[in-house]
Amino acid sequence: MAAISPREIGRRLPSPVVDADETFDVLGAGNSLTTVTDRVSDVVLRDRLRPGWVLFLLFSLALLACMGVAAVYLFAMGVGIWGINNTVGWGFDIVNFVWWIGIGHAGTLISAILLLVHQNWRTSINRFAEAMTIFAVFCAGFFVLSHVGRHQYAYWLFPLPNSMGMWPQFRSPLEWDVFAVSTYATVSILFWYVGLIPDLATLRDRAIRPWIKKAYGIAALGWRGSNQHWHRYMAVYLILAGISTPLVLSVHSTISFDFAFSQVPGWHATIFPPYFVAGAVYAGFAMVLILAIPMREIFNLKDFITMRHLENMAKVMLATGIFVFYGYCMEAWTAYYSGNIYERFMAMNRAFGPYGWSYWGLIFCNGVVPWFLFIRKVRTNLTWLFIISVLVSIGMWLERFVIIIVSLTRTFLPSSWADFTPTGWDWLQYIGTFGLFFTCFLLFCRMLPVIAMAEMRELVHHESHHHGDAHSHLNGGHPNADLSGSDASVSAAHAS
Amino acid sequence: MAQLFHPSSNTVAKMVIAGGALGIPGLIGAGYAINMTYGYRVYHPIEQPVQFSHKHHTMDDGIDCRYCHVAVEKSTSAGIPDTHTCMSCHSQIWSDSPELAPVRASYTSGQPLNWNRVHDLPDFVYFNHSLHINNGVGCESCHGRIDQAPLAQKVHTFSMQWCLDCHRHPEKFLRPKEAVWTMGWKASDAGINPDTKKPYTQEELGSKLVKQYKIGHERQLTDCYTCHH
Repeated sequence: MAAISPREIGRRLPSPVVDADETFDVLGAGNSLTTVTDRVSDVVLRDRLRPGWVLFLLFSLALLACMGVAAVYLFAMGVGIWGINNTVGWGFDIVNFVWWIGIGHAGTLISAILLLVHQNWRTSINRFAEAMTIFAVFCAGFFVLSHVGRHQYAYWLFPLPNSMGMWPQFRSPLEWDVFAVSTYATVSILFWYVGLIPDLATLRDRAIRPWIKKAYGIAALGWRGSNQHWHRYMAVYLILAGISTPLVLSVHSTISFDFAFSQVPGWHATIFPPYFVAGAVYAGFAMVLILAIPMREIFNLKDFITMRHLENMAKVMLATGIFVFYGYCMEAWTAYYSGNIYERFMAMNRAFGPYGWSYWGLIFCNGVVPWFLFIRKVRTNLTWLFIISVLVSIGMWLERFVIIIVSLTRTFLPSSWADFTPTGWDWLQYIGTFGLFFTCFLLFCRMLPVIAMAEMRELVHHESHHHGDAHSHLNGGHPNADLSGSDASVSAAHAS
Repeated sequence: MAQLFHPSSNTVAKMVIAGGALGIPGLIGAGYAINMTYGYRVYHPIEQPVQFSHKHHTMDDGIDCRYCHVAVEKSTSAGIPDTHTCMSCHSQIWSDSPELAPVRASYTSGQPLNWNRVHDLPDFVYFNHSLHINNGVGCESCHGRIDQAPLAQKVHTFSMQWCLDCHRHPEKFLRPKEAVWTMGWKASDAGINPDTKKPYTQEELGSKLVKQYKIGHERQLTDCYTCHH
């Protein structure tokens, strides 16, 4: 009996009933090099403003204004406006920081790891997932900046020459965190931008109004699509993918050290790094789905972000969700098996203490809900997938709430126990960062190609020529020579 | 299709990259340099009610520091002399100099002279004069050649880094107790080192003095609460 590829098995399985315009291939039928470029670049260059987009942008701007108000009041008054107290020194600021930075991890995983392991289904989702990463890091950065209290001295986090003769404490995980997050932001932005360059050149060549042409032209850094350009582009892209790969694991590991290196029951656990990384990827894929499901509808990109993509992302979410749930089980087990009264108390307090609702909410969202993704009908139902993704996001927020705040409310000394109640400013600041995130994302959708056109053209090429092979775009860039170079310099070298 | 950009754009792009690569570290460096000089107002005499000259009183007249700064060996503050101290001489000499009119006015009215602080540390730093004087830090070590200064001015930044330069390596600055008041003192003035049979170097003498004064390990001198209680 001939060997059957896993892909073939997938094909032979009965597909759930989906709309007629949906497909389980990585690319909708009937797409050519031209249609890919047309459809993606038209969103930026030709489409009229859609009322839904404008309304959502206005709503996001209103939220962004909330964030501005909260930020100004915070900078003027200090962190006393929050619900934190002597016992619970880390409140919403750190919960939100960890939540946002975690969300970013899906983008990096898609762009770097899936590239290196030649997963061709990453091609149409990497661009906006990377954008999501960057905007999530912005939001996380805002909370770090808020958290330092004396905001005018935030630059003290960096080892800059200063008149105090002081350097940051390099033995502290909090300082490692500074480098983890700033490296993450830098590499993510670079990776995203380098990937954008050929597409920016396409937009430059297709734009009509001179100032738009100039704007994209400046951003495209003189890209001509020459053989030499492609050669260097591939090299840089691969190097950046290599640099990004460890970041997927290292950034959230370092963030988990902020907690794991301390003695607080509920923080002091060796499982934290892998458990945090899995949680980050899990939350990140949920956010990618939350963004992708409406985006493909609004901008008519169902041919490029197909059911295959959504289903694969749901599978990643399922796998990492089970990882995370294993982490919860291990925390409870360790508390029991260690026999340590503080650990046992911590576990009991989480489940049955004053914040028990947050623990059970978390178990529901992250321990129960993801298991439904084992059912293919749920995985391929857009409504259910969207609802599950939202629940996962809420669950991951609750996880950070439980770990950070609930642990701090009940530490070793009963005399120092205290409760935490968030203030209006805490909420306003959290909700406000959604304004920042969605404003950036909505502007990105209209100003830059949400799908990597150059990489998609390669996918079209491979799909039509070597159907079934999972070739990475790194194997060759020739389909792009026809379209992305300016007309004066279409490279003959690539037409080989 | 017409070219979108003039060929000179290439040069502009390169300039922008070079400007960023050199400019950003340059700006940080310049900011640091400006802060360390103008920012700390080094060599910047401050307006005072009377044009008092340390140079004249110590070099020309040979008055000891402690004649005016009476509390320097016993107290956190060196002490600013009261008008009576001034008038102990100036009731006899230069008694009708117009320069000294504010001093006489203060003497008759009983209102102290309002001197402006030259070496003004932030309020969250606790500096103790007596502790330094009694552990071999010379007046000169911080105040420079105040005996040559017509108008008092800072000759060091008095920044935290400057404090830490000594707190991290006290042996580079310490001197014997009897030399604390001496201006222009050098380690070789302390005589011959019996170990090397040569005049003392600052390193040799300083290391001995650190032990002699029982100055603790560097960690004790650089703990936050050593200065920020």
